[in-house]
Amino acid sequence: MECSKEYLEENRDLCRTLMLRMMTVNKFEETAFWLFGQGLVHGTMHLGIGEEGTGIGTTAALEKGDYVLATHRGHGQAIGKGVDINAMMAEILARETGTNRGKGGSMHICDYDNGILGANGILGANGPIACGAALTIQMKKIPNRVVACFLGDGASNEGAIHESMNLAAAWKLPVLFVLVNNTYGMSTPLRKVVNDMDLTKRAIPYGMESFECDGNDVLEVYETVKRAREYALENGPALIVEHTYRTSGHSKSDGNQYRTKEEIQYWKDRSPIIRFRRLLVENGIFTETEIDEIQQQADQIVDGAVEYAKAQPQPKAENLEADVYAV
Amino acid sequence: MGEMREITYRDAVREAMCEEMRRDENVFFMGEDIGVYCGAFGVSKGMIQEFGEERVRETPISETAFVGAGIGAAVTGMRPIVELMFSDFMAVCYDQIINQAAKMHFMFAGKVRVPMVIRTPAGGGTGAAAQHSQSLEQMYCHVPGLKVVVPSTPYDAKGLLKSAIRDNNTVIFLEQKRLYKEKGLVPEEEYTIPLGKADIKRRGSDVSIITYGRTVQMSLLAAERLAKDGIEAEVLDLRTLSPLDTGAVIETARKTKRVVVVHESVQFAGFGGEIVSTIADSEAFYYLDAPIKRVGGLCCPVPFNPQLEESVFPTPEKIEAAVRSML
Repeated sequence: MECSKEYLEENRDLCRTLMLRMMTVNKFEETAFWLFGQGLVHGTMHLGIGEEGTGIGTTAALEKGDYVLATHRGHGQAIGKGVDINAMMAEILARETGTNRGKGGSMHICDYDNGILGANGILGANGPIACGAALTIQMKKIPNRVVACFLGDGASNEGAIHESMNLAAAWKLPVLFVLVNNTYGMSTPLRKVVNDMDLTKRAIPYGMESFECDGNDVLEVYETVKRAREYALENGPALIVEHTYRTSGHSKSDGNQYRTKEEIQYWKDRSPIIRFRRLLVENGIFTETEIDEIQQQADQIVDGAVEYAKAQPQPKAENLEADVYAV
Repeated sequence: MGEMREITYRDAVREAMCEEMRRDENVFFMGEDIGVYCGAFGVSKGMIQEFGEERVRETPISETAFVGAGIGAAVTGMRPIVELMFSDFMAVCYDQIINQAAKMHFMFAGKVRVPMVIRTPAGGGTGAAAQHSQSLEQMYCHVPGLKVVVPSTPYDAKGLLKSAIRDNNTVIFLEQKRLYKEKGLVPEEEYTIPLGKADIKRRGSDVSIITYGRTVQMSLLAAERLAKDGIEAEVLDLRTLSPLDTGAVIETARKTKRVVVVHESVQFAGFGGEIVSTIADSEAFYYLDAPIKRVGGLCCPVPFNPQLEESVFPTPEKIEAAVRSML
């Protein structure tokens, strides 16, 4: 997005927030991965390093009351929407005070107080649920509220997503289908599994509006989602395709056999954080030192979260069966 | 109990829905062709006229989308009743039921409830062949987080459905399509039947027939025939399979010392195995005078030809023969 110096100056606070959140997510994921290597994290996790612009730019354009249905690669989506980072790190370490009390882990982070209706381990399964949350908004006539349903280019081929887009369009539900196109479904490149790479066209058969942005340009993401949100409040669902790239592996098991080091490096050099930093410095919005200070702040938040999480108790195995049903 | 009148199973289901929709504005109803068509079995006659298109919401033929939408609506404050035209179609939206609805309360650490009822006609005997005749209740009983109800009379259908709608969990409510036209006494005044309570439909001292759903009436017929020879069978209708009234199962086994377990669904790996295990695992085992018998569906898809279809399912004759074989 072409940004004027004026625009950046007017939105200095926003820029600071976006940068802090992107750096926090990045630090959070790098740290979680490191903890994993130390044997302190059980199971698996899916990192979105390189995709920080999508989760953060999108959620920054939402209101507090809006709902988010996140993906398995949802750390940035949750942090952007306001999850307590200490509780989220405690969940990564499977502790009693984690967001899911150690029962969900990285793939299922939820925070109903902040509208995060849960991250989903089944690709595309959040689409129908997003429609239902939007149906509540519509039936209860709740003003100024939308649902953001994150999905990837991989999930865009799931039937559940197509059914959801049709349902949302037929019922004019305020759902934003936020398609984070990182060009790989795990290891499979998009070009191998679709005939038409233009994913914005997925909106056409359902009579939906589509929006598109450079997902590595956090301000462009923010402005696009703002527009899409206004559109959805008035007209019903919209598809937003955000183009980005995952420089981290799919998960711990990823040996990066499906892409070259050069390709990864190309995108590392164009990460949303690097690009945003350059934009802000070149326009004199922040100095290099000021941006380093934002990084330090992000580091402190995450280091504090690790310290907090490590001190938290393990959940107890007693009464597990009693937690299955609501009273 | 005050004034009684005779109504059909189908009318009882409708009365339960209508009463709950009048009582609680968060209750709404959605499914395929439930409006002027009144659903494939005529259950929802008159409902769209009373409640309007918003609360009697006709969906696209898109089970994944609208069952998932039920979940999304439920977790944000509504109490949806979702009709699946045939219980076999649950296989189409298995993910939403198994991986989403059943898991959320537990996986999200009790922060959310999924108060939804999936009502769906189950069972055979209608010449609808293999994809429209199954009894798949045991598959849902095996998934922690779901409740499973199979009513056998109009009285039970109404009282149990009202409780299911008020329950804060996802309830799979398996109506018996062959019973829709059956009549029974139902009170004029309001009542509910708690989930998880079995009902002794006939008292006896010589043998216990433990069953549910369509085979309850068959078991009662068999019991009448046996009574002519002085054999008094107790017929225990489980009504709710999950949670199971294990106390009632063990008690009747202890009392009569002989047990026949009957259900329409495939006997192999069926719910009857759980009943047998419940008894074998309890002190009732020591009271048994004979091995427990099972009368279930043959282990084959339901065939189309009426004679073939009849041969797949339990009959009063088969139940009677099983009882006599153990005396």
